[in-house]
Amino acid sequence: MKKDNRQKGFILLCILPTLIIFSIFIVYPVTQVFFKSLFSSSGFGSGDEYVGFANFIELFKDDVFLKSLKNTGFLMLVVPVITLLLSLIFASMLSFGELKEKHLYRTIFFFPSILSFVVIGILWAFIYHPNMGIVNEIMTAIGLDQFALTWLGNKNTVLWAIALVMVWQAVGYYMVMYLAGMDSIPKELYEAASIDGATGFQQFIKITIPMLWEIIRITIIFSINGVLNISFVLVTVMTSGGPNNSSQVALTYMYQQAFVNANFGYAMAIAVVVFVIAIILAFISNKLTEQETE
Amino acid sequence: MAKNNQGNGKKSKWIMRIILLIATVIFVYPLVWNIIASFKSNEEILDSPWALPTALRFDNFIRAFTEASMGEYILNSFLVTALSMVILLILVVPTAHVLARFDFKGRRFLHNFYMAGLFIQPVYIMIPLFLMMNNLEMLDNRLWLSVVYAAGALPFSVYLLTGFMRSIPKEYEESAAIDGCGYFRTLLTIIAPLAKPGILTVVIFNFFTFWNEYALALVLLSSDEKKTIPVGLANLMEVQRFATDWGALFAGLVLVLIPTVTLYALTQKKLTEGMSMGGLKG
Repeated sequence: MKKDNRQKGFILLCILPTLIIFSIFIVYPVTQVFFKSLFSSSGFGSGDEYVGFANFIELFKDDVFLKSLKNTGFLMLVVPVITLLLSLIFASMLSFGELKEKHLYRTIFFFPSILSFVVIGILWAFIYHPNMGIVNEIMTAIGLDQFALTWLGNKNTVLWAIALVMVWQAVGYYMVMYLAGMDSIPKELYEAASIDGATGFQQFIKITIPMLWEIIRITIIFSINGVLNISFVLVTVMTSGGPNNSSQVALTYMYQQAFVNANFGYAMAIAVVVFVIAIILAFISNKLTEQETE
Repeated sequence: MAKNNQGNGKKSKWIMRIILLIATVIFVYPLVWNIIASFKSNEEILDSPWALPTALRFDNFIRAFTEASMGEYILNSFLVTALSMVILLILVVPTAHVLARFDFKGRRFLHNFYMAGLFIQPVYIMIPLFLMMNNLEMLDNRLWLSVVYAAGALPFSVYLLTGFMRSIPKEYEESAAIDGCGYFRTLLTIIAPLAKPGILTVVIFNFFTFWNEYALALVLLSSDEKKTIPVGLANLMEVQRFATDWGALFAGLVLVLIPTVTLYALTQKKLTEGMSMGGLKG
């Protein structure tokens, strides 16, 4: 009996401080995002007024917000698709290629995922730079100078330019994850398949993809979610949302509403919308990928 | 898959190599260019992105320290990273131990509670966090920023460490209990040393997170002498649009990369293995 109480005390003492800190600094702010989105708030307590869903109604009449939402949606679709496809291709090359320098490639490809987003944003802003950037320099060198552009200053190219940086940053990360999964697939499966005359591509579709399916499902959700964070930093550093809001994403607009215009309630309504969309996308991708395994 | 068509094997190997080499250039180029540019004068930077600098100029680095206060920012980053790490370990090790070893009411719930936290991005909550910490007068304080970092790192770290601690054989604790060793002593003197590899993985992963974090540092710190290096660099980038001292900016970028690259070089094997253990990170 006495031992039981001592054990209970120990468990509580181990759990509680952590739980309290987590609740104050993470859980409580999350609840506040939802709660405060119903208020017209200048942020500092005084003059907070309950306005129901007025912030949300206002949001969907706000052209800049709608544009930023469209841009966020674009990135949430395009970036995960390209990233995960490339990651799968590279991973299978490394896993089945039997190259001696496999580990070297793994180390190099993973490298961008440990870099600060700020550093990545600054470096790529200079790579895309119209006069001193390598992109235009290469195009001039191979005679395509009429296509050289102000990549980040052109409303037609700016989002793709940012999307490519996000792909560059994340490919190696997911590749390493797939690589771990691929290396644990029993080799006999492939041997049996090749005796039956299956080509490399058929083996990839029929064996590799199904065996990795659970990992792929998780990475889809993680990469959709990851887009939100990195897009905030990259857009802030590279374009500040320009030109003329054509690279504005929902979270940079949220930041501006809060810390430039002091529209805190409105800003939190933006956070709620983005949060709900991220959850819905995760749910949809989860449902879609579920069917394919049946 | 290479076995059934030996004849094509060689050719396809070389095609693969060419693709992988092109990819390598794309992955490495920005970094190499950055290092080269950090030694160039402004005129040379403008001139051509291909050319090497005519001389090794360290004055970019000197200006990064003297005029752009990179030294202060780096110290702040080290301070915040170290504080966050200490707080995180104090918080996560006991929780992971209890979650891995003891059966109690609410254990599953607690575990899922932290796992749900994996989906909370810091950018979502930066506004309420700012407002709350403003009310509690915790703003512009490196200690409280570190507490926030540690709290934010909990879900992933709990996940990773609980998994690791489950894999430690129970016999060690059982024999300790027979010897009359209390729960706390067992945790400190037996479990913690055994969990060292897992703890190390947590430290490595979170070093990069803490060292690189931008959004929260931007919002929660306001005075210039407390800022961390990502915020300092982003400010410098903003200023460079008008002042064009690119050399100092590139030198600053190299400075922030030195600790990251060093740690990566030392731990990349552990890091990529940590991911194969099932360590997923958002």
